[in-house]
Amino acid sequence: MVQNIIDVRNLSKSFDISSKEPGLKGTIKHFFNRKTKSLKVIKDISFEIKEGEIVGFLGANGAGKTTILKMLCGLIYPSEGSILVSGHLPFRRKGNFLKNITLIMGQKQQLIWDLPPIESFYLNASIYDLDKFEAKKRIKKLSEMLEIDEELFIPVRKLSLGQRMKSELLAALIHEPNILFLDEPTLGLDINAQRNLRKFLKKYNKDTNATICLTSHYMKDITSLCERVICVHEGRISYDGKLNLLLKKLSPVKEILIVCRSEKDATRLESSGFTVKNKIKNEITLKIENNSITSSLKTILNNFDIEDLFINEPPIDEIIGKVLIKKDYDI
Amino acid sequence: MNLRKYLEVYNKFLHTSLASELEYKTNILIDLITAILSLIGSIFLLSIFFQNNGYIGGWKFEQALIIQAIYTILNGITNTWFNPNLTEIVKHIREGTLDFVLLKPIDSQFFISLKKINPSGILEIILGFFLLFFCIKINQINLNLSFLTLSLITISCSICILYSLWFFISTTTIWFVKTWNAIEVLRSFLYIGRFPLNSFSFSLRVFFSIFIPITFITTIPSEVFLGLSQVWKILLEVFVATVFLVTSRKFWLFALKFYSSASS
Repeated sequence: MVQNIIDVRNLSKSFDISSKEPGLKGTIKHFFNRKTKSLKVIKDISFEIKEGEIVGFLGANGAGKTTILKMLCGLIYPSEGSILVSGHLPFRRKGNFLKNITLIMGQKQQLIWDLPPIESFYLNASIYDLDKFEAKKRIKKLSEMLEIDEELFIPVRKLSLGQRMKSELLAALIHEPNILFLDEPTLGLDINAQRNLRKFLKKYNKDTNATICLTSHYMKDITSLCERVICVHEGRISYDGKLNLLLKKLSPVKEILIVCRSEKDATRLESSGFTVKNKIKNEITLKIENNSITSSLKTILNNFDIEDLFINEPPIDEIIGKVLIKKDYDI
Repeated sequence: MNLRKYLEVYNKFLHTSLASELEYKTNILIDLITAILSLIGSIFLLSIFFQNNGYIGGWKFEQALIIQAIYTILNGITNTWFNPNLTEIVKHIREGTLDFVLLKPIDSQFFISLKKINPSGILEIILGFFLLFFCIKINQINLNLSFLTLSLITISCSICILYSLWFFISTTTIWFVKTWNAIEVLRSFLYIGRFPLNSFSFSLRVFFSIFIPITFITTIPSEVFLGLSQVWKILLEVFVATVFLVTSRKFWLFALKFYSSASS
């Protein structure tokens, strides 16, 4: 049986936030009499994550995803509740715990800006007690997986964002952690760089059985990496479960574009009892329920002269968008 | 604490920060010229103060020059280690990059206090030592083992006090976010350390000894050099340095509990 590597129980976090009225009067008031209020950003959440799982945290901006991630890796003290990560209380930041985890943030960097990434790798290696030989071996292995070579010897400031992100990943993984916390790792990357990064993470997870907790606003990151998602809405978990179940529930129909050989066939298909979205000359778009797609297609292909057909998946961003603004999803 | 590991990491810190600085040759050259001109300017200023009757607070110009030498050494240490690292704490906290430091299996205070080095500050330290040796010669100071030990102890204590004060102020960034001004005030107080403690009025002497112990930093080591220091003063400096060092460490560990990281 696969063990739980992360166990979160009734976790809450509050921050003291000050607010300011607009204008000069508001500024002066804010300077002399600053009013702060306690804002509960995480509200009594509980979940477990098993070893080797890749879990996506979904939520609108400010929903609390990053705060959860930062509490899991021990950067922020929880206000209430308990967290156990790999058997450790994260906020104690014990050496053995820190050697097991890593945090990668798409918008922040740890590489030394004026030097080639290789210098930062060797610095990190000495911090993680790796000797030169072992460090060299790991750098070689990871750079092959990430497909970077010459970039290791070029100052970071001269690298493209994609090359820099790969180097950041290498710096963060040199100690071979078995829990990865990734906060929007593909932020600002082009499509190819995003794909390469996802490919790498998949392989890393497969090779090392590392657990990955990921937040991202790019749905492609979530759909291609995460089987399970945790949706966070205003500090509460609105859904925790399989991604495909959520998608099925929220989008029960698929759109099928059928190109008929003649307009006559298209007209005949239009009046055959299927739900029609639209018809333009010999092209007709039907809406068919997910559970009857195979039988419907069989009927269409047997009874109509079809030239081509396309099954359109519903835009995932739209579906997930619905989740992000709802409080609860009971699947 | 694994001493060998920390030495190895520090060796890497030295290597990477020297390599980073050497990327900008002109900047280093300008810093070196500034250090030389600054020392010449300070000595010139000191000589003007002593032009009238040759004494300030019972100190001759040649003796006061020792304070200037110690100040130059300490200022060099400040510019080599404290300035590049401790001012960076504010940036780390404002931008949230302290996250990376806290998640490394290494002491966070060690990491943020020693990661960077500014090589041009080393020239100031060398210039300070040259001036100090010159002072030893003109003041006909007898170099012996007890003198060297006491000098080393008092100068080390001065470094500890200076570091602790600066680190303490930088740590408050966790609550106040911006503390550049407080650090600037501390730096301007440090200039006062170039003058003998006795040259100030009684109230200022109390203020600079108790509330902001700037004068401990330069005056007591200088008195050791001139053989004027009393044992109680040396012991007091050791005590003050220990209290400051321990307090700044405890304060850092306490402050980290309130670290909320920057939003992403």
